[in-house]
Amino acid sequence: MEPIITWLANLLANVSWWPWPAPPSAAIIIWVVYGLFIAFGIAPLAMIVLTWLERKIIARIQDRIGPNMAGPFGWLQAVADAIKMLTKEDTTPAGADRIPFNLGPGLIAVSAVLVFAVIPLAPGIIGSDLNIGIFYVVAVGSFGVLGTLMAGWSSNNKYALLGAFRAVAQLVSYEIPMAISLITVAVVAGSMSTLTIIHNQAVANGGWYIVAMPITFLVFFLAGMAETNRSPFDLLEADSEIVAGFHVEYSGMKYAMVMIGEYVHMLALAGLSATIFLGGWRGPFVEQLYNAVPILGGLLGLVYFLAKVLLFIFVMMWFRGTLPRFRIDQLLDFGWKFLTPLSLFNLLTSAFVVKLFQPAGTAGVALPAGPLAGFGGLGLTSALLISNLLVAFIASLAVRSLARRSRGNVLKAVAGVEG
Amino acid sequence: MTEQIVFFIFTIMVLGGGLGVVSTKNLYYAALFLSLSFSGMAGYFIMLNAGFLAAVQIIVYVGAIAILILFAIMLSRKVMTTNEPQTNKQNWLALIVTPLLYLTLIFLVVKVNWPVSSAAPALDVLTQMGAQFLGGYLIPFEVMSVLLLVALVGAIILARDVEKGRE
Repeated sequence: MEPIITWLANLLANVSWWPWPAPPSAAIIIWVVYGLFIAFGIAPLAMIVLTWLERKIIARIQDRIGPNMAGPFGWLQAVADAIKMLTKEDTTPAGADRIPFNLGPGLIAVSAVLVFAVIPLAPGIIGSDLNIGIFYVVAVGSFGVLGTLMAGWSSNNKYALLGAFRAVAQLVSYEIPMAISLITVAVVAGSMSTLTIIHNQAVANGGWYIVAMPITFLVFFLAGMAETNRSPFDLLEADSEIVAGFHVEYSGMKYAMVMIGEYVHMLALAGLSATIFLGGWRGPFVEQLYNAVPILGGLLGLVYFLAKVLLFIFVMMWFRGTLPRFRIDQLLDFGWKFLTPLSLFNLLTSAFVVKLFQPAGTAGVALPAGPLAGFGGLGLTSALLISNLLVAFIASLAVRSLARRSRGNVLKAVAGVEG
Repeated sequence: MTEQIVFFIFTIMVLGGGLGVVSTKNLYYAALFLSLSFSGMAGYFIMLNAGFLAAVQIIVYVGAIAILILFAIMLSRKVMTTNEPQTNKQNWLALIVTPLLYLTLIFLVVKVNWPVSSAAPALDVLTQMGAQFLGGYLIPFEVMSVLLLVALVGAIILARDVEKGRE
């Protein structure tokens, strides 16, 4: 980032036709505005690319071909759809609350775009390295819930309202396991800053967190899928039950904003998962190349990062193509009775393991080294992996015994009715 | 200069939102104005170099409280269309109490000798806060979490009793 700002500053200093000297902050301001344009430009672009990708992938899963007429492999289809969206009539229902109705989709889209501020795209390229990084992600997600509620309520439509009800139940419940799994990551990394998290995933420091914390990753990813309203958690739009849920009354560009919100949210979740659990831009030769030729190293890091993001996006589309939708009670049971206790239990064991392996340091107060600190990062990774597997084993035992008991109760109830 | 402009924007959010809450006749709008006001408050925290508090403010007040209020409004069919009056029978009492409270606050703000430090704000507030919570302020911190746990369990028990009565 700094080389680019210096380059911009030099460029500004040498502009011959501008009579006054540029203030030193001008380069930074230009850079920030540029970054904002990129972040908000990515949103519609992501929607165009991802809709095409999704239609193609789901078509293949369902043994179809998908869009294939417009352009090679049908990729112009998404562009055509975007143009159609722009030219469609922008309707507002007569009974709608105009101001919240128009604000809702914007809020949904903006809350998804805001997440990108803390995702490092390549070595040295990050919007803002906040020290509350991953906590910030949870915070801006709240605005999306508010946007969904505003959209659902102010449409003045019963299907939209039902969608909004489901949205609250779902988004608020799944925020909890997601936040707890992020806390687990913060405990292990010793920081909430995304840059530090990536730094701690160097091979010398113990490697990718997906190896150390598979359970945390699963909880985070599943809860994140629920937060993005993707199938199988798409109860709030559920086109076969409540038409399209909270966005049933939207048309034209406002509908496009809702869709942008969904796809950018998906991209943000994939980016976050890649950053937190797959080491972000980390990959072979990135650091060596970055130290020698920063631009090439940065590009290579970007390529690795995008590859990881696309991997997660593919998994999400795969889910959508293969899994049926949850019922609302199954969804809430899964969130409250399975993911939340699992993530809490996992947080406890992870904190215990981290305390054992923690090297001496200072975090506001002096921290003594743990008894097993000599094993270093790889020791911590393997111990965390073992504790995660233990948690998974205990969880599966608990689920089995609970399932047996509930089945027994059902049998008893049936027998009681008949006898 | 920039700081003043940003402060001005946040102040408009906080005061305008607060004014909206008390003046609108639509409960749903009132809840939305409330979340606007809360967001502006988070902006103040960011200006005061307290990013963590800002995030907590957003999560707790906008993400939980405002949304719970909205949800409660949605579940009560009656208030969907009616225009609620802004006042109730106790408005004359409020007319006396509010100026008194306001004057007391003004008096406090003016009279108290607020300690002012010229030192730069600490860079890593977050770790220091964590160390304080689990160090010097451990007992208040734990008592507070027990209190919250009691409230949580109490809420569940209350909700459960109704369920049993219905069966």
